[in-house]
Amino acid sequence: MQDNHNNEGGFVSNKTMEIVTALIILFFGAVVMWDSYRIGAGWGSDGPESGSFPFYIGLLIIISSVVTIFNAVRESDKDEFVGKGEFGMVMAVLIPAIIYVIAIDFIGIYVASAIFITVFMVWQGKFSILKSLMVAIPVNVFFFFMFEVWFKIPLPKAWLEAQFGY
Amino acid sequence: MEEINALFHGFAVALTLQNVMYMFLGTILGVLIGVLPGLGGANGVAILLPLTFSMNPVSAIIMLSCIYWGALFGGAITSILFNIPGEPWSVATTFDGFPMAQKGQPGEALTAAFTSSFVGAFIAVLMITFLAPMVAKFALQFGPAEFFAVQLLTFCSFVGMSKEPPFKTIASMMIGFALASVGMDSITGQLRLTFGSEELMRGFDFLIAVIGLFGLGEILLTMEEGLAFKGTEAKINAKVVLQTWAKLPAYWATYIRGALIGCWMGVTPGGATPASFMSYGIAKKFAKNPAGFGKGELEGVVAPETAAHAAGTSALLPMLTLGIPGSPTAAVLLGGLLIWGLQPGPLLFVEKADFVWGLIASMYLGNIAGLIVVLTTVPYFAAILKIPFSIIAPVILVICAIGAYTVNNAQFDVYLMIVFGVLGYVFKKLSYPLAPMVLALVLGKMAEGSFRQALLTSQGDVSVFWENGLCGSITALAIILLISPLLGKVWGMIKGNKAAA
Amino acid sequence: MAISMKSAFGKALVGVMGAGLIASVSTSALAAWEPDKQVEFVVPAGTGGGADQMARLMQGIIVKHNLMKQPLVVVNKSGGAGAEGFLSVKNSKGDPYKIIITLSNLFTTPLATGVPFNWKDMTPVAMLALDQFILWTNTEKGYKSAKDYIDAAKAAGPGKFKMGGTGSKQEDQIITVGLEKATGAKFSYIPYKGGGEVAVQLVGNHIDSTVNNPAEAVAQWRAGSLTAQCVFDDVRLPYKAKVTSTQSWNDIPTCKEAGIPTDYQMLRGIFMAPGVTPDQVAYFNEVFKKMMNTPEWKDYMEKGAFSQTHLTGKEFTDWLTKAEATHKQLMQEAGFLAK
Repeated sequence: MQDNHNNEGGFVSNKTMEIVTALIILFFGAVVMWDSYRIGAGWGSDGPESGSFPFYIGLLIIISSVVTIFNAVRESDKDEFVGKGEFGMVMAVLIPAIIYVIAIDFIGIYVASAIFITVFMVWQGKFSILKSLMVAIPVNVFFFFMFEVWFKIPLPKAWLEAQFGY
Repeated sequence: MEEINALFHGFAVALTLQNVMYMFLGTILGVLIGVLPGLGGANGVAILLPLTFSMNPVSAIIMLSCIYWGALFGGAITSILFNIPGEPWSVATTFDGFPMAQKGQPGEALTAAFTSSFVGAFIAVLMITFLAPMVAKFALQFGPAEFFAVQLLTFCSFVGMSKEPPFKTIASMMIGFALASVGMDSITGQLRLTFGSEELMRGFDFLIAVIGLFGLGEILLTMEEGLAFKGTEAKINAKVVLQTWAKLPAYWATYIRGALIGCWMGVTPGGATPASFMSYGIAKKFAKNPAGFGKGELEGVVAPETAAHAAGTSALLPMLTLGIPGSPTAAVLLGGLLIWGLQPGPLLFVEKADFVWGLIASMYLGNIAGLIVVLTTVPYFAAILKIPFSIIAPVILVICAIGAYTVNNAQFDVYLMIVFGVLGYVFKKLSYPLAPMVLALVLGKMAEGSFRQALLTSQGDVSVFWENGLCGSITALAIILLISPLLGKVWGMIKGNKAAA
Repeated sequence: MAISMKSAFGKALVGVMGAGLIASVSTSALAAWEPDKQVEFVVPAGTGGGADQMARLMQGIIVKHNLMKQPLVVVNKSGGAGAEGFLSVKNSKGDPYKIIITLSNLFTTPLATGVPFNWKDMTPVAMLALDQFILWTNTEKGYKSAKDYIDAAKAAGPGKFKMGGTGSKQEDQIITVGLEKATGAKFSYIPYKGGGEVAVQLVGNHIDSTVNNPAEAVAQWRAGSLTAQCVFDDVRLPYKAKVTSTQSWNDIPTCKEAGIPTDYQMLRGIFMAPGVTPDQVAYFNEVFKKMMNTPEWKDYMEKGAFSQTHLTGKEFTDWLTKAEATHKQLMQEAGFLAK
């Protein structure tokens, strides 16, 4: 598998993950508060200003994540968040998915989808390439007709656009 | 009973061979649109609208409204099978529909969802037939303060009894509100939380978040268990429909509540999505076994689907009688009416009785056609779960990507969908509840808008929220619902103490 | 590839021929550019609004009368009060397969939000029509005239009367500010999401008046719930057919006649991406000219009481320059400019 380099730290404890997530949320809350304060978070003559609601929402986010961090630090939750093998399995979907989504920009959604389905089926499902193509191509041809031809919704096709004529 | 006469006249108008054909065509297209996330009823109708200009208006509206019914039916399919809501109003259906499918009861869940949709729609059409003028008057009572009260009620009916840690629930809900406020502030026209990014100006679309959080998040969780999930082995045959039907009458109270909530929210117009959440929340509060909700309770599918379809159907009432659309799809249909030279509004019932009653009759017929279409597909859709996960997973991912793209025709949203997917995975593992975030994302902007509109009308005086009877009683109801679990607990403690003593 | 090579070759050939021929030969017939794939029709507003309706009507008419060989596909890009749509056209330099319909947010959005775009960043094609605005009140309140209403608003004191409108710092609010300037009355402006909603809020007496477009309030006018007080134009609407039992559009006085001189019209125009060729602009102009001659379009114009002003080329750019200056001035005075 591909996750060899994740071995050492492969065991993420729930506690660590809990704290890291809460810190990210805390940061998000702070950003919300900061931008809301910038555009005005007071109570104007005719009700709250643009930033008032988001400002207090940001405040509540910060408070709740501080409590969560506090709880996480206090409790010694030694359970692991995700094991090594499990992490590998999750990455086995997530990384191809990310590559797929980026590829849409360069080779268009139909080609990217066909390649993605084929690769995934061969790699994870141990299907033969032929079988995989027999799923990937009809699915995408169907989507092509459905969106481009019947419903006239243009999906991204990148440089293939001119070839398709749609 | 002049309505009955008019209705029979309507059936005569609607029941031509050609119109029945359009009905079936419309529902099939609608189901297809409903199944694909991102491609909603409003898009579907809007896209086909120009093609109907050469048809006669009655046939055209029958076909377009049937697309809408189809989309209402179809939204439940992917919610139940893959945890991806095909339409915003079927988010609440995922809460129990998906666990049911995983337990090996996809057929039951689908049948219950479709049947409930039909019942909801049927009750709403009855209301349109007999109470239209009265209901239209009721809708006029709703100003910004009343809208805010309704949104508060939706919220209060849903929050309260979650099992998750309270501060995580608050965090999740507030993240939803914060994301809802990104983009343009509708009251002052100011851009907020966009940090100069063009992509963020659009704001966070609820559907993108949901596709990521639920759809992709679920795939990641399933992958973690390895590819052990080989699809359900349940036997699925046509009998499942009849077996499920035998169970449904027990939920008559849920049906009535759901339909009433749906009709109300459709008419005023609160929308089908809040209606489905409210109905789910209230069903859970009244249920004998609230703990079973979220784990595959049949009632948890019945409640939101009844309300969503009732709301979707009754949203056409204010469009016909007042000329205001109760939903985005109704807005597009309204445009269609204008283009065909029909003027929706108080006089439409008088001037174009043929058209109106033909349309109302087609609502009965279209929903029956829709039910037939979707019920026959139950075994086929349920059978999809037998396909190995390594084929289904990439196809679902492709559908998620296309869905995320089509909401706003934006590549950025596809990236966003992935981010939400990771967020959904992590949150689920750390037991942050996702539903409050989604609800906040739906209601956040609306509620803030109504709140501030109300204060503008009162020049900053907050008493506007309780000074009139309608608004005051909705607000009171909301507060009762919010504290009812607490009261229940106190009551339970008293009883418990007594028993101990 | 073959196709585009051929057409490029064809164009060059025509160019050579054109140079050699006498001026009397109509080059447009020869050199006509035509789209060889579908054209995206951007609507910088949500589905169901006025601009969206018009775009879909145009799409329908073009399909029905077979005015374009390639399909025209409507795409809504409503983010940031339409900024998303305008930016997508602005950033598609030289792409002839994208047209956009405008509403007043062409001027108001960049001024109010500071999002960087301007009509000069795009290629103006044609003005299709101007949308009118009318001052509406609830019939139950019994205001006899616009003057009567404004007097009542003044008597009640500043901010006591509520004016409902679509959106914030957009056309409806600009008209409200114009009205306040002309009369000295002060309203509380309440922004709503759509025009239909605004009209119904007025019927329900949640607000005191609106400046809805004719199409948005006509149903309630005909039902007798709303009264049309005056139209924000120098001249009366030309449509003389009875719309309500007693009145035609033409019977509504202008606001100037009513003693509250204010006027405003909203552009319904078409733009293309920057850097497109005159051939390409000419193609769409020809399509729209044919479309505007269809009975469906004329019927729609009358139903919505539009001002049928069709401008192209220099006249159109002159109009745009003037309108932009007016908006800038109005919004500056109202304090609506982005900080």
